[in-house]
Amino acid sequence: MSDLQYKVVVGLEIHVQLCTKSKMFCGCAVEFGAEPNSRVCPVCLGMPGVLPVMNRLAVEYAILAGLALNCRIARRTKWDRKSYYYPDLPKNYQISQYDLPLSAEGYIEIPLDDGRTKKIRITRAHLEEDAGKNLHAEGNYSQVDLNRTGTPLLEIVTEPDMSSAAEVRALAVELQRIVRYLGVSEADMQKGHMRFEPNVNLIITRGGRQYKTPIVEVKNLNSFRSLERSVEYEIGRQIDEFLETGRTLEIGNKSTRGWDDVREITVLQREKEEAHDYRYFPDPDLVPVEVDEAWLAEIQSRLCELPLARQRRFAEEYGLSAYDAGVLTAERETADFFDQAVRAGGEPKRVCNLLTQVGMKLANEKGGGIARLGPSTQAVAELAKMIDDGTVNATAAGTIFAEMVATGKNPAALADELNLVQKSDAGELEAMVDEVLAANAEAVADVRSGGKKAGKARGFLLGQVMQRTKGQANPKVVSEILGKKLG
Amino acid sequence: MEVLSLRALRDNIAAGRTTSVEAVRMVLERIGRIDTMVGAYISVFEEQALARAAEIDGRIAAGLPVGALAGAPVAVKDNMCTAFGATTCASRILKNFQAPYDATVVGRLSAADAVIVGKTNMDEFAMGSSTENSGLRRTVNPWDTGRVPGGSSGGSAAAVAAGLCAAALGSDTGGSIRQPAAFCGVVGLKPTYGRVSRYGLVAYGSSLDQIGPLTRTVEDAALLMNVIAGHDPSDSTSVCESMAPVSDYLADLDRPVEGLRIGVVSSLNAGADPAVVKALDEALAVYRPLGAELIEVELPHFDYAIAAYYVIATAEASSNLARYDGVHYGHRSKQAEDYVAVYSKSRAEALGQEVKRRIMLGTYALSSGYYDAYYLKALKVRNLIRTDLVSAFERCDCIIMPVAPTTAFNIGEKTDDPLQMYLSDIYTISANLAGIPGISIPCGFDGRGMPIGMQILSPAFSEDRLLRIARMYERQTQWHQRRPDMG
Amino acid sequence: MKVAKLSRLELTETEVDQFTGQLCAILEYVEKMNELDTADVDPLAHCLPIRNVLRADVPVESLGTQRVLANAPVRDEQFFRVPRILDEGSGA
Ligand SMILES: [Mg+2]
Ligand SMILES: [Zn+2]
Repeated sequence: MSDLQYKVVVGLEIHVQLCTKSKMFCGCAVEFGAEPNSRVCPVCLGMPGVLPVMNRLAVEYAILAGLALNCRIARRTKWDRKSYYYPDLPKNYQISQYDLPLSAEGYIEIPLDDGRTKKIRITRAHLEEDAGKNLHAEGNYSQVDLNRTGTPLLEIVTEPDMSSAAEVRALAVELQRIVRYLGVSEADMQKGHMRFEPNVNLIITRGGRQYKTPIVEVKNLNSFRSLERSVEYEIGRQIDEFLETGRTLEIGNKSTRGWDDVREITVLQREKEEAHDYRYFPDPDLVPVEVDEAWLAEIQSRLCELPLARQRRFAEEYGLSAYDAGVLTAERETADFFDQAVRAGGEPKRVCNLLTQVGMKLANEKGGGIARLGPSTQAVAELAKMIDDGTVNATAAGTIFAEMVATGKNPAALADELNLVQKSDAGELEAMVDEVLAANAEAVADVRSGGKKAGKARGFLLGQVMQRTKGQANPKVVSEILGKKLG
Repeated sequence: MEVLSLRALRDNIAAGRTTSVEAVRMVLERIGRIDTMVGAYISVFEEQALARAAEIDGRIAAGLPVGALAGAPVAVKDNMCTAFGATTCASRILKNFQAPYDATVVGRLSAADAVIVGKTNMDEFAMGSSTENSGLRRTVNPWDTGRVPGGSSGGSAAAVAAGLCAAALGSDTGGSIRQPAAFCGVVGLKPTYGRVSRYGLVAYGSSLDQIGPLTRTVEDAALLMNVIAGHDPSDSTSVCESMAPVSDYLADLDRPVEGLRIGVVSSLNAGADPAVVKALDEALAVYRPLGAELIEVELPHFDYAIAAYYVIATAEASSNLARYDGVHYGHRSKQAEDYVAVYSKSRAEALGQEVKRRIMLGTYALSSGYYDAYYLKALKVRNLIRTDLVSAFERCDCIIMPVAPTTAFNIGEKTDDPLQMYLSDIYTISANLAGIPGISIPCGFDGRGMPIGMQILSPAFSEDRLLRIARMYERQTQWHQRRPDMG
Repeated sequence: MKVAKLSRLELTETEVDQFTGQLCAILEYVEKMNELDTADVDPLAHCLPIRNVLRADVPVESLGTQRVLANAPVRDEQFFRVPRILDEGSGA
């Protein structure tokens, strides 16, 4: 047992719901939480005689995502029918893409905990329509709601390039960030906008020999946490199973397990890969899609700087910590806001602190993004400048930011109004320093002795001056005066 | 009283010589008297038709404009959805199905002020060549009630022949308009694939299906084409105006095609009854004095059309008919205990033998391991067949050949041997595989007094010329004026 | 008969026998296509030379729950009802 080593192998199949207003092949509105079966028309109900017509925006969103994932975009693609019978699939076939996916052969770069990044290869990314929802009702029956039927999905398949649960999570988070940056998906896992199905197995080395454990596909994951936990759980379970049974990967022994969110375990759903026969064939109701140079270029022009590149730029160009750069680039809106405030003249570090320590908290409380908070990027840049030139201190700036949100007034006016402008008048402050020195002879002596206590005593005296000015003295100026007086 | 042609009737109504109510009443009276014997209709909308007729008459009386069909009574095959009444496809699985929408052609008929008097019988889901596969009722040939009317648009053809409507719509996947037209002695036109919207036509073989008119005269076919042809944004496979403009098919109808080059394929005559061959030879003789030149052409892959057709049509059908599962609409088995049984029992109980046969054949052709050998092979053969026709049309304007090897056969004659039934589609199938238009017009009678049809095929989107070629013959002959004696 | 299961058709034994015979005869006929060398022929799934038929992403009115369920063989308030689904299905 002690000589057992293992390597984790994980690939992901991901379904991302594209945020179009209408469905993939009909005009029904895509809407979460609508009354059951109210966003359904003859087309998505699969009624006799109906025909599908492609949503242009869904195709463009899929191409945009494919470009962001560094994929090769197919110049000619088509639609195929994938046949299987299920009550949430009214036609009993899904319109999907089989042998000519819209995008293929790309990669996604994910940030690792140690600051490095890793490329995970993307096998393919294709467009398809979603199925509806089966709900398990009381009694011995199920209910079917078709509101979701026909919603455009981007199915992304990765190569098995991830080697830990943390990497799986990192990919999920990164992908979410990317599709949100592009504006092609709301990517809300709770609403099922992103659905991850990891394929997990291990390569075990023991006694100089290698063994592969059977591949397990995990379903029912509706949060990043459950995604990560399920992979961790599978790693442990597969080691145990290998030690107990010695079972290794063979053709056909891939199984499907469902994640039980309450017990935090995976539960066997299907032992063998059932003999699925999807009978794919080209959908005769739809015509091919050809992506010419002009259309591709037009879509390409909608690409934005991607989150990881931006995170790197923030760290390199502005000298922000990796952590701060990550926080600022988690949402595109915040990153855009930051960029604009810096461009408006705010010192990057100051703006970063204002946003991460005050702005984002306020935005969270208000339940919206930072751009909708109220203060303009110019106003925030101005506030940062006021810290820089000593007009206000950092604490006061926080108070001013909050008041800017509350009142909409500009930072300079608020600093005056709230009496938060720092005292930098050397004459006024000198008198105050003299008073403090006179009243604290012991500390003065400590400083002058230059001994162990000197530093602490100097800080004490500075604090006394600050206290007398109710924190409005510019500590830099006070410190200079103290230095002059105490030598 | 003789039922007039569509053109004459609408002219009379529009000019006030008769009324729509009078015309509709006469047709309803005939249906009441004769249709118990003919069995052309699945449903008749007596009240609604009269109300609509009265409304149109009101407009005419008030001097307001009316549409091109001016209140003439027409019938549609029961595989076209109507927002009123049932749409059954002559299947027990849709016996009570009420479509919530109108097929595009139904909307166009209504917009042209046609009065839809009822929906006609057919082979279940348009699968058949005799209308004997109807799951709901039997239709006989008005010329001999012991014989079949042809199929699958047998109800529409019989209704037109027996004067139970002024004109009707049918659908043609492998000859289902042209063959019953020939069997019943009327005109039947299958337009170019993409010329008439399929939206609302219950799909059988989606890449082959096309709606077209069944009428008493070529002129009526042109008139109906003026109403139903044209682009439909709801059908992705309907051709836009810029690619293939729709002409006024009536405008030049009586202008003969100068220097007409008629292609003939002598080798094909071997498969047809002598009476059919003789009638065809005589028909060609009619064209000669009109300045037509006969050109021998070859269609080397003609014999493979049936094989390719029965793979492609059934493959598409197996997928198109998967939706009839008893979950969202249609028949549900009372015996089903689990949801899988809802599918297999509902379908087993309510689908007919021929439909089951074709679903299984198509499923087989698409299933893993057989796809290449059957489905893919058939698509390649399809290409060869189309290429043959395209090359032939480089040398001629049209090709004339029989519609069917025989005249209408006896009821029950071919029901035990599906393959024999399929083989009788030999002359009509190629036009569907190649997507080109074809018309069947009356060209004589056999020794037992059964009508014989002549088929004229022409290049894609040349319906205007096709109709003119047919009209050249019709003007020289009286076959189309003969009516069965229905009392 | 595997195709019957794939086709979701519950057949009686007599039907299985009858269909097997008929389908074999038809397949045998269809194999006539093998006489043709199609190595250099492209498959033709569609006769139309059209592509990129796309619509704008504009929502239109749906049918409304009542009309959606109007033809339902069995309904359960605002839902279609089926016997309990135990497995997870094939998924999208
Ligand atoms: Mg999928
Ligand atoms: Zn819809």
